Amino acid sequence: MTTPTSTRALTWQRRARALRTGWRSFRAQRGAVAGLAVLLTIVALAVLAPVLTDESQLGIINTMSNPALAPPSGEFWLGTDENGRSVLLLTWWGARVSLLVGLAATLLSVFIGTFVGIVSAHFGGWLSAVLLRFTDFFLVLPSLVLAIALSTVLSRGVGTIVLAIGLTAWPTTARLVRAQTLTVQARPYIERSTALGAGHGHLIAKHILPGVLPLVFANTTLAVASAVIAESTLSFLGLGDPTQISWGSMLKFAMDSGAVTNGAWWYLLPPGLGIVCVVLSFTLCGRGLETVLNPRLRGR
Amino acid sequence: MSDLLTPGNQLTEEAGEEQRPARGGLARYLASKLAGALTSLLLVVLLGFFLFRMLPGDPVQTMTAGREVTAEQIAELRERLGLSDPLWRQFLDYLGGLLQGDFGDSFRYGRPVGDIILERLGPTILLAGTATVLAILLGLWLGVRSAWRHGSRFDRTATGVALTLWSVPTFWLGLIVLMVFAVGVGPLPGLFPTGGIRSIDPPPGLLPQVLDVAHHLVLPCLTMVAVIFAQYQMVMRSSLLEEMGSDYLTTARAKGLREDLVRRRHAVPNALLPSVTLIFLHLGLVVSGAIMVETVFSWPGLGYLMVNALEYPDLPLMQGTFIVLAGTVIVMNVLADVVYRFLDPRVRAA
Repeated sequence: MTTPTSTRALTWQRRARALRTGWRSFRAQRGAVAGLAVLLTIVALAVLAPVLTDESQLGIINTMSNPALAPPSGEFWLGTDENGRSVLLLTWWGARVSLLVGLAATLLSVFIGTFVGIVSAHFGGWLSAVLLRFTDFFLVLPSLVLAIALSTVLSRGVGTIVLAIGLTAWPTTARLVRAQTLTVQARPYIERSTALGAGHGHLIAKHILPGVLPLVFANTTLAVASAVIAESTLSFLGLGDPTQISWGSMLKFAMDSGAVTNGAWWYLLPPGLGIVCVVLSFTLCGRGLETVLNPRLRGR
Repeated sequence: MSDLLTPGNQLTEEAGEEQRPARGGLARYLASKLAGALTSLLLVVLLGFFLFRMLPGDPVQTMTAGREVTAEQIAELRERLGLSDPLWRQFLDYLGGLLQGDFGDSFRYGRPVGDIILERLGPTILLAGTATVLAILLGLWLGVRSAWRHGSRFDRTATGVALTLWSVPTFWLGLIVLMVFAVGVGPLPGLFPTGGIRSIDPPPGLLPQVLDVAHHLVLPCLTMVAVIFAQYQMVMRSSLLEEMGSDYLTTARAKGLREDLVRRRHAVPNALLPSVTLIFLHLGLVVSGAIMVETVFSWPGLGYLMVNALEYPDLPLMQGTFIVLAGTVIVMNVLADVVYRFLDPRVRAA
């Protein structure tokens, strides 16, 4: 009996089964699971920051009476910054902006990349040639230089950083998606679907996208890692919003206030270690996902 | 690391995809590569020009900030900088100048941008060059060792360290290195200078001066090596792993060759190709990768120049550095293509 509902139910059953197999082989990789655990913890802490901590202590006015650049003590576990604010609190809140910017920038770049990749592989002809040329051009450009240039041109702020990273990081995704789309398109079911009269929209939405998305997902996880580093780099250069606390801007303030020359390690280490933790976790997860999706990589 | 800054995942596909064999001979192949590179260069110039014209704020106002100026003086300044011409006219002037090697005059220094860039090129090449050579040697050696003893404790440690260092933002590592080795922590005194390329009063004589520069070079170079060696290590490791199961290695062993001869003469040369391509692809990127290291250690190179220009903001200087940094990458990419073709007999024959 193949009524439409039962076909759909079958599809979902198949998907659930594939998901379970995938999860099992993901779980077999210790590094990937550790990365996922660390990530979930950090994200949970960042989301719960307003509930668990006192936001008012982030304002400079409320911390005037505290000692400036004081080493860790019973009251301030990670010491204080040049304005007497707790470094622990700053790092905690900084996670919010760093993660948010990293995720938003990645979403933007993955969206552009997937779009360009699919269009250039699916339609062919001069459009494809132009898009490919364009992608190669952006792939070659040193993205930090371009991102610096972009964020100078646009007004300073968090949105600008998201845009600068998003507009410079997409070509790798585009190349990956293009290659995968070409592979998917060569399969017989696409030909069958075309023969049955499927249009471009249907082909892309129903057949190509589902084939490409898992790879895009793995790629996204890896891309977040570089976006977080990019965010901290651009903020460190002073291109972000100075009123928003992120790990990059903390390090900028640390450099500007002479924390380096004063040996204030408690001010330098936490934001940097935060970045390393997040980036490493995303990388481990991404590599784990890649291994799940690409059996050739197994045992490496 | 972090060349936005992580070109890590692009390596994997680079080798496989789109390496179509050229139909014509070498000349035709070179011509098509050159044409592509020229288009890219033109795009860089276009981008460089129009991007920086969108800068908020008026450069003339920045230059005259805090000084008493009359309206005529401002008008004269605008005229001299060519800011009152229509945009297309400015672009044509700019393009004409570029073709003669003229990048315009810096707002801040009042000198030709080309001269300033040339001055800064030396330090950047010194830093990036030394760091690249060391990183390649270290990365390839580690990669070969960990692939050959795949799964051993050495392999796991080396791969873990590489992945961790890869996740570290360059500038943060630089700050830590600066604090520990230049400022000194606890009982440890500062061993190295905190920045610059030479002491304020350099010692007389050539050899002491060279040593002085080398002394200043240690920390920035160390930071850069730590950040970039991982990619060479990972690529070398995975390409050697691909070769590990090959039949010719069994043959070599069956001939009775010692294990390290099998590795040195047979496996490594075959596995070296992707690494060599990667090295050339990254030669251009290394120069811009030096930006953050130069900024932290105030190393007077191109990257530091660009960050300084950004703070001013010095429009022609930014344009100039942007075009030079991006242009380097494009030129290096063409070189990488050519080298690849010469090195790989399969591509050469096709």
